[in-house]
Amino acid sequence: MTFSPQLEARFAKLLNSYPPGRQRAALIPMLMYAQDEVGSITPEVKEEVARRVGITTLQVDEVVGYYSMMHTRPMGRYHLQICTNISCLLRGGDRLWERACKRLGIGHKQVTADGKISLEEVECIGACSWAPALQVNYDFMHNVTADALDEVIQILRKEPPPSAV
Amino acid sequence: MLYNEPHPLEVKVLTRRFDQPNCASLDTYLATDGYKAFQKALGMKPEEIIEQVKVSNLRGRGGAGFPTGMKWGFVPRTSPKPKYVVVNADESEPGTCKDRLLIENDPHQLIEGMLIAALAVGAHAGYIYIRGEYRYLIEIMDRAIDEARASGWLGKNIQGSGFDFEAYSHTGAGAYECGEESALLESLEGKRGIPRIRPPFPAVSGAFQCPTVLNNVETFCAVPSILLNGGEWFANLGSLKNGGTRLFCLSGHVNRPGVYELPMGFNLMRMIEEIGGGIRGGKKLKAVIPGGSSCPVLKAEECDLPMDFDSLAKAKSMLGSGGVVVMDETTDMVKVALRIMRFYQHESCGWCIPCREGTMWLKKLLERMDHGMGSSQDITLVGELARNMLGRTFCPLGDAAAMPTISLVEKFRDEFEKKLSRPGDLVPVDMVMA
Repeated sequence: MTFSPQLEARFAKLLNSYPPGRQRAALIPMLMYAQDEVGSITPEVKEEVARRVGITTLQVDEVVGYYSMMHTRPMGRYHLQICTNISCLLRGGDRLWERACKRLGIGHKQVTADGKISLEEVECIGACSWAPALQVNYDFMHNVTADALDEVIQILRKEPPPSAV
Repeated sequence: MLYNEPHPLEVKVLTRRFDQPNCASLDTYLATDGYKAFQKALGMKPEEIIEQVKVSNLRGRGGAGFPTGMKWGFVPRTSPKPKYVVVNADESEPGTCKDRLLIENDPHQLIEGMLIAALAVGAHAGYIYIRGEYRYLIEIMDRAIDEARASGWLGKNIQGSGFDFEAYSHTGAGAYECGEESALLESLEGKRGIPRIRPPFPAVSGAFQCPTVLNNVETFCAVPSILLNGGEWFANLGSLKNGGTRLFCLSGHVNRPGVYELPMGFNLMRMIEEIGGGIRGGKKLKAVIPGGSSCPVLKAEECDLPMDFDSLAKAKSMLGSGGVVVMDETTDMVKVALRIMRFYQHESCGWCIPCREGTMWLKKLLERMDHGMGSSQDITLVGELARNMLGRTFCPLGDAAAMPTISLVEKFRDEFEKKLSRPGDLVPVDMVMA
């Protein structure tokens, strides 16, 4: 399978970052960066990465099954992650979560029919002092109000669907 | 970028560059004493570096509060194996959001801390393990590493000293467990984040089974200031056996939540009132989680104490990672207990049975209670189950789930009782789960 030149450069750098014979150490970063480009960790991605770090696909499967940010099926183009852990809960994170579910008509780890937006209730994302917080893909939003959430959803809805990109 | 206003009572040591323009750049760093501590360390013997860190009374900022100098001293310098420096930037203890700021605003301070640690133990490579959700920090860290290498602060023969050191960023992929040092090392090696049996400790057998210095981001970031101003200076900033300042993350029901750098030993009540501006909406304080969700909760009347590792231990809680979660009188403590347990149940790696099963059972029991069902014996059962997890797991995650739970049912038993609308009725757990 082929990746973009940028991702190939990243892989080359990663495979050079660990002691000789320890290329498996590059596995988790490689899977994450590949997921960003491909959309999910497909069987092809697993096979390719396994080959490059010199392990079996079964060993890759073990790892993929463990980490909560690794997805074996595509999430939406915009993955909306709302924190409801303690600090966010105290400032209304749970209400934001319910509101997002209602507005989008989907639940935990589900994707809208057009493939544009997916939703996940996440554990602490490290924004406790600026709670409630959420992430759209890797971007943080702090001190989120109900109106701000509605606005984000509206903006994301206007984005082109994944097939158009 | 700063996400909250600073406070005049802050003592800025680690955060002193945060208000500078381009604070993350090498130019700003060099213009503000950057890499001077490392140059000083180049002229010191490794034992002298470790001695200064010992004198500083710097204790691990990740949560355990272990004396950093002592930890470095455990690394066998004469071992023929390569040695490594590993930075724990897997910040994921609920209530904690400080390491993020240190990398975002001053990544060179972290690199300099790593360099000094490397000199002290004879390491030539280091890894910064950053939690997957903090992807933007990978970009910031990589830029700083490239900049440092281009200017001869990393790489071969650093500044003509003959000393070589390479630093690499490494992304995690979403797992609280990987903040535990031995699980972090497994994850760094490309495996599931499952804790290792210790001993041997990472100092002897860490990354790639080689001697390793592994500390939290904030711990490394304190090191340049210690070397530059002397261990004694740093020790004097804090309280007895608790050197320096630390970044406290105030969250929850205060008027001014935020991350503030304050001396160790700063009074908790003052922190809530003066730094945090008191409780939101003029409400009364009910309870505080003093150092991230793994710490036993303190009732309002227990909060007049100095925030250092020993005072919190005396109060049967922990200073932990500096995440101060403030709860007002309206807070539903059963919901708090349930939310905390849901987290640990989700994050338990499943390796040790008391943790894997205990967190699941506790979550089910608490879920039932939150629905107003169950019997008052269940409250006792929650405490018993949690106590049976204590000390019976390879890593502290089991304890971290048990400790706040025990404190919540002990200190707020009346709230649990009140929530059970029909005490005495036994409702099968599965009715709630379905």
